[in-house]
Amino acid sequence: MDPSQAEFEEEAISGTGEGDENMEGVEEQDDGYTSSTPTSTLTWISWFCSLPGHEYFCEVTEDFIEDDFNLTGLNTMVPFWKEAMEMVLDVEPDEDASKIPDVSIVESSAEMLYGLVHQRYILTRPGLQSMVEKYEAGIFGSCPRVYCAGCNVVPCGRSDLPGLDTVKLFCPNCNDIYVPPSSRFQGVDGAFFGTTFAHLFFQTYRELSPAPFWRASTPSGASLSPRSSTGSMSRSSTSPGTFFNPNPHGGQKRAAGYVYVPRIYGFKVSERAKSGPRMQWLRLRPENADELDMVDWRGRWIDDDDGYDEEEEEEMEDKRMEDFDPDAADDDDDDDEEEEEEEVQEISGSMRHALEMPVGQSARTNPTVPRALEGLGGGRLRMVRQWAPSRHVEVQG
Amino acid sequence: MSPRVRTPIILGSSLQGGNWVCVSIDFWSFFFSSWISWFLSSKGNEYFCEVEEDFILDRFNLTGLNNEVANYPQALDLITDQLDDDIQDEFRGSLDVQARLLYGLIHARWIVTARGLAKMLEKYKRAEFGRCPRVLCQQQPLLPVGLTDIPYEKSVKLYCGRCEDLYSPKSSRHGSIDGAYFGTTFPHLLFLVYPTLIPPKSGPADLGPLSTAAGASSSGAGAIAGELARSRRRQKEEAPMIAEGGGEDINTANVALKAERYRPKIYGFQVNEIAKLQRWQEAMRDRQVKRLEEMETQGAT
Ligand SMILES: [Zn+2]
Ligand SMILES: [Zn+2]
Repeated sequence: MDPSQAEFEEEAISGTGEGDENMEGVEEQDDGYTSSTPTSTLTWISWFCSLPGHEYFCEVTEDFIEDDFNLTGLNTMVPFWKEAMEMVLDVEPDEDASKIPDVSIVESSAEMLYGLVHQRYILTRPGLQSMVEKYEAGIFGSCPRVYCAGCNVVPCGRSDLPGLDTVKLFCPNCNDIYVPPSSRFQGVDGAFFGTTFAHLFFQTYRELSPAPFWRASTPSGASLSPRSSTGSMSRSSTSPGTFFNPNPHGGQKRAAGYVYVPRIYGFKVSERAKSGPRMQWLRLRPENADELDMVDWRGRWIDDDDGYDEEEEEEMEDKRMEDFDPDAADDDDDDDEEEEEEEVQEISGSMRHALEMPVGQSARTNPTVPRALEGLGGGRLRMVRQWAPSRHVEVQG
Repeated sequence: MSPRVRTPIILGSSLQGGNWVCVSIDFWSFFFSSWISWFLSSKGNEYFCEVEEDFILDRFNLTGLNNEVANYPQALDLITDQLDDDIQDEFRGSLDVQARLLYGLIHARWIVTARGLAKMLEKYKRAEFGRCPRVLCQQQPLLPVGLTDIPYEKSVKLYCGRCEDLYSPKSSRHGSIDGAYFGTTFPHLLFLVYPTLIPPKSGPADLGPLSTAAGASSSGAGAIAGELARSRRRQKEEAPMIAEGGGEDINTANVALKAERYRPKIYGFQVNEIAKLQRWQEAMRDRQVKRLEEMETQGAT
């Protein structure tokens, strides 16, 4: 493989095609850290936690590390245990320390020791307390998902065993995990945070945990301008005073519940299309806590023997998936028949109604659609057929 | 009409910020550097593709934009490199802002044409819009999208075809680009027109034929340049780019069942309220799958 190809593939694997440029300066320092030693004024733990890429770690108290009970089982996982302990606790090494072949080996042992102790420490009350301070200061960053509206995330691992995967970020609003935005976290082991911490954290601080149900804010918001809609959205997500979850063990924060609705020329992409939405369930919340009980422990609908009212269900979903933009959300309030009509017209709409733009679109929207789609040629027919197979003949004329 | 003779040549590739970027310029812009090629090469403008001059010069495609852009005639002259040289420097500065707005609005219209889609598809296949931050999307390349088609309202977002969700760009220089320059329609039209490119819901991201070709040949960037030249030739011939679609047999009714999801656990046990929500969500999923499969069989008979 020639060097240029290697470069190309490395880029592809690291997946950092964008966004890391402001971190480069920091990463240069990163190279030197393994061989540098903490200055005398700083404890090893403070120094370790201040390194670039170690922002997610909190400082484990020395008395926690000194308590053998907390270290049970770790000594078999860490080589040069005694020396690593001395390094982490800033204890002067014994006279016979000279038999250690290389100080960098002890350094990596010390890092492993600290990381594994850290995994346990952040499950204790003082550990959770340190982490909630970092959380509220935004040290862990926020969810990259647009409709999570900047919900803060916590670090988590996908395994409790070291060496398997790097640290990830858990968002309590979408209950999903994300790759940290900066590549400097790609060297941090996820096991140093573990699989349990993120969820114990939100069980402990329920006021930080978004509730599993969500109802769009009052329709009055829909008449406001788009600018004030962002205001109302952040208001609804940050006013715990008016919010109540009947489950005392559940999340006590109002969720950010919008689900993205894809549109083509202002028309919702129908689920009837092959490229139609298939994943909205992943982000969907019921409007009320009661609705969660309509599904049994095996994931089946209770009282669903002879099906359900399909249209009613679709309408329910539509309400939950109102658009960010309240102007565009107006058409979601249509009754069933109109809803059906709209879906039938969706693709034809992109052709036929493009110049009229009936759905909450201003006159400023693209008037060039017919010309623009000319080049799609044969695709046009097929696109129409894909949509609502049996009902499109009249639209063609 | 511009006196230029458009003879695209591939000059090779250059290393830009760690990415191999193919630089293709015509003779005119090589010697004089056109406004568009300058704009496209500016830092932060990586999401934009080149709008072909024919498209800009067809006044019909610009219908209504004169109401959106101040100093519209001069802004148009600037982006088509026909601005008088004796124009005052202070005016040029403000004109540049208007030219960017005009180019962005034209761009939003261009990328929903057949040729514009094809251009953005090349960038998508090279993952130039970044990759999905969701761990279970396994580095799925993203596509830019707007939340509104009206300028100055919302910044550009990134759409993942695998989880079908929106993410904010990692970099602030991309986070400040106007979403209206990409529009609400683009990624959804792309997957409508190219259904074979709808990403699978599980497994590693398939980068499609472009990157496969580049990967198979050890000449790396050279192969990409070759592919670019080929696709340019295809465009010039006005060949139906749609041929890549041909997804008559694709059935997406139950693809959601293959999607992986994260299950939060405390000491190995599922968290009660989250598990309940996830069961409800999966029941909603199953209900949709059932609905789509019924539709499928009804359509078949
Ligand atoms: Zn989230
Ligand atoms: Zn994704």
